[in-house]
Amino acid sequence: MSNQSKIILSSKQLSLTLNRLSFEIIENCKNFDSTAIIGMQPRGVVLSKEIHKILEQTVKSDIKLGCLDTTFFRDDFRRREDVIIPNHTKINFSLEGVHVILIDDVLFTGRSVRSALDALVSFGRPSSVDLLVLIDRRFSREIPIEPKYVGKSVDVIENEYVVVNLGQSQSNVLLLNEKK
Amino acid sequence: MKNLTVNHLLGIEHLKKDDINLIFHLADSFKEVLSRPIKKVPTLRDVTIANLFFESSTRTKLSFELAEKRLSADIVNFSASTSSLSKGESLIDTANNILAMKVDMIVVRHPYPGAAEFLSNHVNSTIINAGDGAHEHPTQALLDSYSIQEKLGTLKNKNILIVGDIKHSRVALSNIFCLKKMGANIRVCGPSTLLPKYLDNMGVEVSYDLKDSIQWCDVVNILRIQLERQNIKFFPSNREYAMLFGLNEEVLKNLNQDIILMHPGPINRGIEVTTGVIDSANSIVLDQVENGVAIRMAILYLLAAKLKK
Repeated sequence: MSNQSKIILSSKQLSLTLNRLSFEIIENCKNFDSTAIIGMQPRGVVLSKEIHKILEQTVKSDIKLGCLDTTFFRDDFRRREDVIIPNHTKINFSLEGVHVILIDDVLFTGRSVRSALDALVSFGRPSSVDLLVLIDRRFSREIPIEPKYVGKSVDVIENEYVVVNLGQSQSNVLLLNEKK
Repeated sequence: MKNLTVNHLLGIEHLKKDDINLIFHLADSFKEVLSRPIKKVPTLRDVTIANLFFESSTRTKLSFELAEKRLSADIVNFSASTSSLSKGESLIDTANNILAMKVDMIVVRHPYPGAAEFLSNHVNSTIINAGDGAHEHPTQALLDSYSIQEKLGTLKNKNILIVGDIKHSRVALSNIFCLKKMGANIRVCGPSTLLPKYLDNMGVEVSYDLKDSIQWCDVVNILRIQLERQNIKFFPSNREYAMLFGLNEEVLKNLNQDIILMHPGPINRGIEVTTGVIDSANSIVLDQVENGVAIRMAILYLLAAKLKK
């Protein structure tokens, strides 16, 4: 089958969605001093930086930002042909008592988020954790995990792939019928 | 890169440069894990590891145990002094009996060179060499090279001096293999009786002049005089050795540049190095120990990934 793509979010729609998600966070968040934005490696990190930038510009205060790799907490170690090589984790602050907004680009089976929830506790016990995703692939969940903030929900079949292009010359979200 | 090109860690000789870089990359991640408030990850929770130490060890054994526990592996410890070895049991029988208890990996230290390779050929388990006689000590070499790279940014074209008892040192041989693969220049220095003949063939410079060599190097790795492996006298006295090949403040005076000081431990203070030198700001002895846990976690992780589920 040829690799056909369909635009789920155009550049303009993506920008509007990021702004809307940021303002939803501001609406719900009482205190940004004890709030941390944590982007999930690898693709949630760029998204978390974009959201963090909009939040800081709007509330005009410093907000904690970190990135989290969940490799060592995954449930598929020794079940894959290749070894999983981790990306870096950078959380230079304690998460004890902190309200965490965990960010990833696409929510699919929910397994990565489960491993992220385990990994987060290594840095302290957060007071609460909210999940933000740009794209929610509904009806694909293998674990009971639901996001609080959703950019767009899509219904896709198992063999289709959602690709988020962010921070590049052409920002958009595409749906591919096979992996690139 | 998919994973290591080897199924066991028997020596640096069998590793490729990409293998070493992969281990270093994983070690970076595990160093970050070790800086967290909770330093444990669940990755190896379904893996059982036996630590078979047929020879005494303090830091290597502790470091392996800690690395295994930080990865959530189940571990069993064996030491020769409290085992059935004294009743005449062979190495293979001991290993097979432990494997019959469903052990996945074996970390082995043994006084005989080749013991780890012998085990890998005769038992169905992943073997990690924690030192086999005067042959190899791969994890020590990896943590040494990793520590140098961490300080200097690269190993390529750096001048590394190894001083002391090269002949009886598995650390020296593994270090030479590792540093060579990573593109460093190596010189060894010590009494002629403690420098083996084959060194020229390995592309290693040989020197008997410590003061000259110290001026040449970026890093000096000071080895322990292994009195327990020396059944004849290789030098007249410890005092004479200290005078000619011991690192002291006098030798390090008037250096053109700062050099990094390393020692694999345990240290014979006052013989191969003085307390003032090894405790100075340029010493990275404790960084080596800290990095040792991360390097061993990296090796365990990569080899465990090859275990069949």
